[in-house]
Amino acid sequence: MPEHIEYWGIPHEWGSPNILVYSVMFLAGAVLIFRFIMQARIWWKVGRPEARWNKLHLRIWNVIKYAIVQTRVLRQRYPGVMHIALAWSFFIFFLGTALATINTHFFKFLTGSVFSFYKLTLDVFTVIFLVGAILAIYRRYVTKPDRLTYQPQFTWTLILLVLIVLGGITTESLRLAVEQPVNMAWSPFGWLLAQGFLATGASDAALTNLHLIIWLVHLFLAAITLVILPVGSLLHVLTGPLNIFFAELDRPIGSLPPTPTDQAGIPIYVSKLSELTWKQILNGEACTECGRCQDVCPAYGAGYPLNPKEMILGISEVLKDAKSHQNGYDLSLLENSKLSKEVLWSCTTCAACITECPVLIEHIDTIVEIRRHLVIEGLIDTELQDALTNLGRYGNSFGQSPRKRAQWTEDIEPPIKDATREPVEYLWFVGDYASYNPSVAELTVKTAKIFQKAGIDFGVMYKGENHSGNDVRRVGEEGLFEMLVEKNMKALERCQYQSIITTDPHTYNTLVNEYPFAEPQIILHYSELLLMLIKEGKLELNNPLNIRATYHDPCYLGRYNGIYNDPRQVIRATGCDLVEMPRSRDLALCCGAGGGRIWMEEGKVDERPSENRIQEAAALDGVQYFVIACPKDYTMYQDAVKTTGYENDLFVKDLIDLVAEAM
Amino acid sequence: MTQDIFVLIEHIRGQVSDISYIMTAAARELAQAQDGSVVGILLGSGAENFKDNLAVDKVIYCDHAALAEFTSDAYKRTLIAILGEYDPRAVFFGNTTIGADVSSSIAAHSSYPIINSCIRITEGGGITSQVCGGKIMVDSQLADKTTIVTMIPGGYKPEQGQGGPPSETIKFSPPDLENLKVKMVQFIEPATGDVDIAQEKILVAIGRGIQTEDNIELAEELAALLGGTVCASRPVIDQGWLPTSRLVGKSGKSVKPDLYLSLGISGATEHLEGIMGSKTIVAINSDPDAPIFDIAKYGIEVDLFDFIDPLLEQLGNVKNG
Amino acid sequence: MTEIVVIARLVPDLVEELEIAQSGIALDTSWLRLIINEFDNHAIEQAVILKEKTGANVTIISLEAEGVDDMLFTTAAKGADRLIKLTGVDEEKPTNISLAETLSNIIKEINPDLILNGVQAHDDITGDLAPQIADLLNLPYVGYISGVSIEGGQAKAFKEYPGGLLAEMEVTLPAVLGIQASEEPPRYVAISKVRQMMSTASIEEMPGDGLITENNFVIDRMYLPEAAEKAEMLEGNEEEVAQKLTSIFQDLGLL
Repeated sequence: MPEHIEYWGIPHEWGSPNILVYSVMFLAGAVLIFRFIMQARIWWKVGRPEARWNKLHLRIWNVIKYAIVQTRVLRQRYPGVMHIALAWSFFIFFLGTALATINTHFFKFLTGSVFSFYKLTLDVFTVIFLVGAILAIYRRYVTKPDRLTYQPQFTWTLILLVLIVLGGITTESLRLAVEQPVNMAWSPFGWLLAQGFLATGASDAALTNLHLIIWLVHLFLAAITLVILPVGSLLHVLTGPLNIFFAELDRPIGSLPPTPTDQAGIPIYVSKLSELTWKQILNGEACTECGRCQDVCPAYGAGYPLNPKEMILGISEVLKDAKSHQNGYDLSLLENSKLSKEVLWSCTTCAACITECPVLIEHIDTIVEIRRHLVIEGLIDTELQDALTNLGRYGNSFGQSPRKRAQWTEDIEPPIKDATREPVEYLWFVGDYASYNPSVAELTVKTAKIFQKAGIDFGVMYKGENHSGNDVRRVGEEGLFEMLVEKNMKALERCQYQSIITTDPHTYNTLVNEYPFAEPQIILHYSELLLMLIKEGKLELNNPLNIRATYHDPCYLGRYNGIYNDPRQVIRATGCDLVEMPRSRDLALCCGAGGGRIWMEEGKVDERPSENRIQEAAALDGVQYFVIACPKDYTMYQDAVKTTGYENDLFVKDLIDLVAEAM
Repeated sequence: MTQDIFVLIEHIRGQVSDISYIMTAAARELAQAQDGSVVGILLGSGAENFKDNLAVDKVIYCDHAALAEFTSDAYKRTLIAILGEYDPRAVFFGNTTIGADVSSSIAAHSSYPIINSCIRITEGGGITSQVCGGKIMVDSQLADKTTIVTMIPGGYKPEQGQGGPPSETIKFSPPDLENLKVKMVQFIEPATGDVDIAQEKILVAIGRGIQTEDNIELAEELAALLGGTVCASRPVIDQGWLPTSRLVGKSGKSVKPDLYLSLGISGATEHLEGIMGSKTIVAINSDPDAPIFDIAKYGIEVDLFDFIDPLLEQLGNVKNG
Repeated sequence: MTEIVVIARLVPDLVEELEIAQSGIALDTSWLRLIINEFDNHAIEQAVILKEKTGANVTIISLEAEGVDDMLFTTAAKGADRLIKLTGVDEEKPTNISLAETLSNIIKEINPDLILNGVQAHDDITGDLAPQIADLLNLPYVGYISGVSIEGGQAKAFKEYPGGLLAEMEVTLPAVLGIQASEEPPRYVAISKVRQMMSTASIEEMPGDGLITENNFVIDRMYLPEAAEKAEMLEGNEEEVAQKLTSIFQDLGLL
């Protein structure tokens, strides 16, 4: 009966090989654990405390989902398959070794068909690994995508792993060549390689000796891998799952944490390494340098100073530098060029980075926390200063009188209800751009008229409404955000309504995720409302447009709040032929206006994200309408369509434009 | 108290400022209503020579080395002495770096009532002032004692105050000008090597509305097509996006181009003061209530960024025939 | 240690439409929004810059009005040491000579080396404030300053002349300066810092009930300007207007 043979071909003259194996592995393991703990305890020692132990079952589930099954890695085909091949194989090998150990010392079960299946699995995964290795080698040395880090440590890791696996299959083939056991066929690839060895005509003794040598080398290499794991590119094997385990579970991504305070209640504005939480430091250590965040970052693509991958690695760099610096762990993060204020101000908070990261690194939280420090120190450009001053004074970034906020309602008959004076069913939180920007205000008027046609009972807060604060918070002006929330909450509390609606995804995001409502609210983006009205027949779209259109998912509607389908259904309902851009849904490229960027100086740019997006749409065959569902998108893309020269071919349309045309 | 109207004539480095002629024109109207003469006060070293083009009836001048260039202490002491001796009906000071340094402190010292920002004289000898950035007008009357009036440009053209020479010249002995608390060390020239916008015939002016330094390129393109130069209002200069030599307005240069094309300038009074002499003003601003539309000949209510490309295109077409 | 006093006032915010009161000779204060006089904001900034350079003690004085507490706490967040506001003031604007008298008495007690004030306030009709204070305290005054440094008992001040010309003036201290622009543009203060100041800083109140609002000359009326000759507005879409404008340029012989 076929069964697992322990230490085949390994001489027992110098004592049980167990002693060698276990002592080597325990030693290597001990070194690994020791080194890792020495490194890890620094995060706890240096960083601020943060409790992330709750919801253990969810945390464990996340580890299974992201660290073992690796769903994020699988979002992209080539690197996904490549890494799964490498990682899962090693999971299987590790499992295999563990099972063999159990089988030897505790409970014999690797016999018969179980054993055969065991052998087959190991063999198959050996080949899978080698295929993965080839894919990796080709990618790293032939294709050479920009987003990877090209340093020797990655080469060494590949070499080590490939040698280990080759060692594994080779020892097995040598054993098969000598023993030729009855169940050889269950190790097909090992058996194939064994044929090769047999063909050389080497004697059994020679093969057995070779087996011993390779076995020893294999053991040695495995030990080395464990020992260097904390300093090589394999560190992510430990830090990745840890980072996933300790991921933020209590807040949705659309909700930022308030400014932290120390024991005395004094706010902490993060600028030093020691002011980060241990989890934020772990972010830096967990980065696998895969570069997916870099690839999807609109700022990086445009040529701005921000590179999200380098920014996260910068944290790790500062940690290293701090050890030898005179300031120690109080070393300022801002002095590292990867974390400079120019880098931090480039971020649009579009959340593409955190959507892609395989190990759930939280880039945006750190960027915003350090921005809070920059704001306190006044390290902001003059345009942003003006915008914030205006927001503080007038409740809008345009510096216009709050009384003019609802000027767009002037010519609308019947007059739009004042929600602060009479009850309404839908309280429409209009937003800054929709109120004050002349071209967007035209859309607002159109929207109001369509709401009236649909017969819904709605009102606005007129001058009671202030900027919702979403981007003020993302800029790091937390105090101003709090003030705006207070003012808006006061106004909302005076109103009686069933639901809140808005055309602005940024407003939507903060109302849904950050506003301290006492009772649960129904908050709708107008795309949801429009769909509802269409389905209920309150809006009759009798004039199908028959135009090919593409839809751009707003960051704060899509990635942040998962609303992808309603706008699409509205578009289809208007009779448009909807075609998707290559980067759609959670892959949509940010227009570049978010995170307060629209209030900042543009600076030197290679290609604006909005222009890149228009090029993407223009490449679609026959598409005439570029449909958006966000006021800032409207202004950004109107400009981009002109600067890219497509203004006669591609027309920027808001959802409401389509609905109006289809009525 | 006599019925004469006095005017402090301002001069900087040998040049009589436009405001002096403007004040003279206003003083003439006021003097008519009061039935008095217009007297110009000239302080300086050899200042007497400035009187020739002034449409004043008399000139009182005072020469002293300490009065060669304006300093507030020396001028204040001298003027208090002159006004104390002559006790005029009213005294005009420019609302300028010279006039404003002394007008209010003399008023406080000698308990003279003081009326700010006069833009013109009304029939009957009243004062019309323009305050609150041009948004509010105030009509008032001279008090029953010597009243100081500070003047802003806009109501009269300098030509209206030119003429002369005055029929009488009175020399005044300077008071004690020892131990002055304000001394002039030196003049500091603005950065040279740049255009003198006061000589340009076509100016494209940018203001806050240009938003970023990068957008200035658009204005430069426009200026190039028109054969002119770019100038700016204060907010742009304060940012350091253009040198101070390009500043138009009260603290900058007064310009008299054939065409003044303003982009995104609202028309703060300090700025408008500098462009009064322009032949044709064309204003582009998205705010229909912008004060600049009150003095412009042609106005376009549009976001300058929506308009500039079509305009460049049109001009380009015409240029290329 | 150098003592610096800054007088900072709130003035009508021109963003809003201004209206005339029933009396016909004053502004309607019911809907009036107040904002810090921009030049006073520069004066505050200049004072703070001097404090950062030479370690001065900075006192800010203002009048009670809607929003003045916020303004004073903001100056504290920038670095001001002492905050004073005149209370019991009338709704109507006091005359500047009367205000100058009241302020001079307060300033005398502080005995500062330097008094800074914005060179002008757009709603002043009764003269400029700082020169009147200077005269009452028998101090020199120089206005239109865009840079100050203190050396010994003197201030070196850069006075702005038209055309970008500057005059370097030497002023014996103590002196009053009318600020046109601070050396660096006024800094931004985060709202959380201002809010922090509200719990740590305090505003001293001093009596302002002796202020006189009656002018020493007669104001006949205050009114909104008649839009006499507004510009001829060119209508149409952007292309049409561009064409119209181009032909205007051609007619003017400019092309």
